Amino acid sequence: MNSVSEPMTPRQRATWAVILGVSIILIVVRCFIGQGMGKVYVEPTDLYFGEASPSTWTTMDEAQFDRFRADNPDARTEQWTEYRTVPPKAYFAQEQAGGGSIILSWPRTIGLWIGAFFTLAIYSFLYRDNPFYKFAESVVVGVSAAYWMVVGFWDTIVPNLIQRLLPGFAQEYLTPGMALPSSEVQFTNLIYLIPLVLGVMLICRLVPKGGWLSLWPLAFIVGTMAGLRLVGYTEGDLLSQVRITISSLYVPGGDDSSTFMMIWTTIWSSLASVLLVLGVLCCLAYFFFSVEHKGAVGGAARVGIWYLMITFGAAFGFTVMGRIALLAARFEFLFDDWLWLIDPTNQRRLADALPILGL
Amino acid sequence: MNFLNNLDRRWIFLAMALCVGVPILVIGLTGYTFPETPTPLAEAFFDEVDVAGEAKGRRANVLLAFDFDPASAGELNPMAVSLVHQCAQKGHRMYFISLWPVGPQMIMDAVNKVIKVHYPEMVYGEDYVNLGFKAGNEQVIKVMGVDLTTEFRTDVEGTTLSQIPMMSGITNLEDFDLIAEISAGYPGSKEWVLYASTQFNIPLVSGMTGVQAPQLYPYFPNQLKGLLGAIKGAAEYEYLVNQWVRLDKLTGILEQAGLPPGEAGPLAAEFAASPDQVSTWTVSAAASTLSPEAKAALIEAATEPIPGEYLEGQRRMGPQLFAHLLMVFLIILGNVIFFAQRRRGGGS
Amino acid sequence: MQILTRLIPLLITGIAGLVMIVSAFIPYTSEWGKIAGQFFNILAAFAFVLGGGNLLKVHLKKISDQGAGWGYSGVVLVCFLVTLFVGLFKIGTYPNPSYPDVHFSGETQGTGSGFWWAYEYVFKPLTATMFSILAFYVASAAFRAFRAKNFEAILLLGTAFIILLGSVSAGVFLTDWIPNAGPFGDLRLENLRIYIMQVFNTAGTRAIMIGIALGIASTSLKIMLGIDRSFLGSGD
Repeated sequence: MNSVSEPMTPRQRATWAVILGVSIILIVVRCFIGQGMGKVYVEPTDLYFGEASPSTWTTMDEAQFDRFRADNPDARTEQWTEYRTVPPKAYFAQEQAGGGSIILSWPRTIGLWIGAFFTLAIYSFLYRDNPFYKFAESVVVGVSAAYWMVVGFWDTIVPNLIQRLLPGFAQEYLTPGMALPSSEVQFTNLIYLIPLVLGVMLICRLVPKGGWLSLWPLAFIVGTMAGLRLVGYTEGDLLSQVRITISSLYVPGGDDSSTFMMIWTTIWSSLASVLLVLGVLCCLAYFFFSVEHKGAVGGAARVGIWYLMITFGAAFGFTVMGRIALLAARFEFLFDDWLWLIDPTNQRRLADALPILGL
Repeated sequence: MNFLNNLDRRWIFLAMALCVGVPILVIGLTGYTFPETPTPLAEAFFDEVDVAGEAKGRRANVLLAFDFDPASAGELNPMAVSLVHQCAQKGHRMYFISLWPVGPQMIMDAVNKVIKVHYPEMVYGEDYVNLGFKAGNEQVIKVMGVDLTTEFRTDVEGTTLSQIPMMSGITNLEDFDLIAEISAGYPGSKEWVLYASTQFNIPLVSGMTGVQAPQLYPYFPNQLKGLLGAIKGAAEYEYLVNQWVRLDKLTGILEQAGLPPGEAGPLAAEFAASPDQVSTWTVSAAASTLSPEAKAALIEAATEPIPGEYLEGQRRMGPQLFAHLLMVFLIILGNVIFFAQRRRGGGS
Repeated sequence: MQILTRLIPLLITGIAGLVMIVSAFIPYTSEWGKIAGQFFNILAAFAFVLGGGNLLKVHLKKISDQGAGWGYSGVVLVCFLVTLFVGLFKIGTYPNPSYPDVHFSGETQGTGSGFWWAYEYVFKPLTATMFSILAFYVASAAFRAFRAKNFEAILLLGTAFIILLGSVSAGVFLTDWIPNAGPFGDLRLENLRIYIMQVFNTAGTRAIMIGIALGIASTSLKIMLGIDRSFLGSGD
């Protein structure tokens, strides 16, 4: 067997150079066939805002905006352009009709190609470890850590902590949509100094001598989780599951097309019920290590193992099913979004697009 | 035999790539998908969403928790899209939240695919709202059980909740008629079962990855009213929703044309059962009273192709078939080699 | 020091745990549980910051040591800092239309922003592909390691076959000859799959769940009572 850590032989190197070269040529050729590939189009929309009265902004169109500025030379105004991704077929239709506002978006098109490159870079690991894979791996580590940090800051720390402690500052610079609390509420909100202090203590973990400070927030985290889980698991998993298991073993069948079928389905569904209860008991017998697995307990434990084996087999089957779906999704990205080989969501077929656009 | 035993695993990788890639290309070019037979679990999921709010005789408030990320979107996105599709067609009020940092993007994706394109009449803040992500895993559920508005104080756009019309009357989890959750792991279905459905007795349905599904079966049908497992569950549910939406549209047209609701429903069901007979229905006795416009609308609704985004799960069942066959073949082949060698090696 | 590093943390743990338990049973105290939960959630957000800080620390050290592959640590750092910058400062984010003069009022993950770009074209393809690659390894592992050596292994393997085939149209095709409505309809692969999941898998998983629940309950109690102090580190 070839070990992935061995250096490449000259022959392997040549083979890969050929494969890579042919792929690049094919991609270049694909770029010039038909409508090409891997392009993202956007439709710019200009937005205009004017401050009609203090802190009350009005959205307007270009003509209204010009009039507003002429009438209120001192009023504050804002304007920007938003870019909305549109299906390529909208652009093709526009070209056929002889012009319009839809344009090719370079940042998004380059992004799409970067996405495709990263996808292939990760798959290149299947052949062997290589710098492209390592690079992609490093990128994902850096980006995801920053991603979580940013989202944690803007979605939780800002509205749930900073806004409560510094409502005036937050309203002016961060969360203008949130009203200032009454002075009474603002006083009670001082309680949020506790999570702030605990949070800062948690970050002290990064400082060599401040490690012990993080024990307090850690103790709080562990304690609240322990309390929550104790109740949650006892109620939801232990009591509920035991209660459901203690149910009638006789289950009337659902098929009343004939007497035979009624008896038959009753036997079948009652058997399921018996097998279920029996299985739970046998598996529990297997987990029960205080008694030696001998005699009746031993027999039950053995049946318990069979049940568990079936459970693991099912888990394996479902896991495989899941992984393949993820792989299929990535292939669809390459074939559909990037290479434009297939078009299942009708993004590029012009014939259907024309009536939508009223052309 | 020796060659097979020493087979470079990269040949297996290639076989897997072909088993997945070729069907995607073929299905993408032909548009053919395999027929789906919904299982009782998917039907239970569908029914639970369908009847939400009926017991209280009001427009349902549905909490949609999208606890997943792009890593599992291949399995879960079709579920999320179909769920929004069903809720939108049914006219439920949708409250989106997420316990995963990337969840808001998943919400945006489903909203853009379904509501923005196919239900543009739905108004943000009145028919649906995106409350975004909050850190804290199951503790977020715990706080929501007592008071939702102290945890989710604004929507993703930063608008305070009191200014969002559909938030009036919502204080905690008990104000929702249904929780519909899509889960990729922790925090996910299990946490919603333990801290929402068990503690507050709120109906919960959940779609989840293949890895989680077997672990959640014991909760069905008591603590979990409906369960969609992996891409198979997604495809089944998608099929159910697509069938129902078509039926609902046909019923709507018949009712609009003046048929009493008691007659329109069964007639639409009859039509929906045989869409290829569309030309014969419109001349049948049952439809004889309809206006030509209603007949035209009926034909259009019956023959209109299902948009591609509503077939994602069913399309993905194609590569799934060949990859599963490959897996079975590989396991059998591995065992054949193993036993052949053991026999040759004298049972050593 | 013992008071600061042992006694106080243990007290915090015990009280915090107790508050969560009491608040679940006495409606009057549910507000306490809510406040503790909110504090926890804010701390969870701080944990993301801690995670980022830790990453920074580890990779800065790798760069300063200049060991093997330190260049990749540089890549990690650059990507981290750039994403952090565009995210925290909301570069390219459109403000909320009701407050167009407040730069930070816009949606953090809003379409078109730099942060959105990093998600859409870097984070999304990379994480999705990383997870999908396991499909290849699971195939290779199944070929090499899945052996029907004994009865238990045969049960595991047989179940996997039924699940794999019963989930796709191959199952329908293989056992199409069994009438669905007849007495043996449940033996069709697609129905057998449901039966296995709802009976055998449910039984096995339920027993595991009951066992784990007992384990979690006892561990939680031990933590709250200060018997299990492993989270405070060694030296006790």
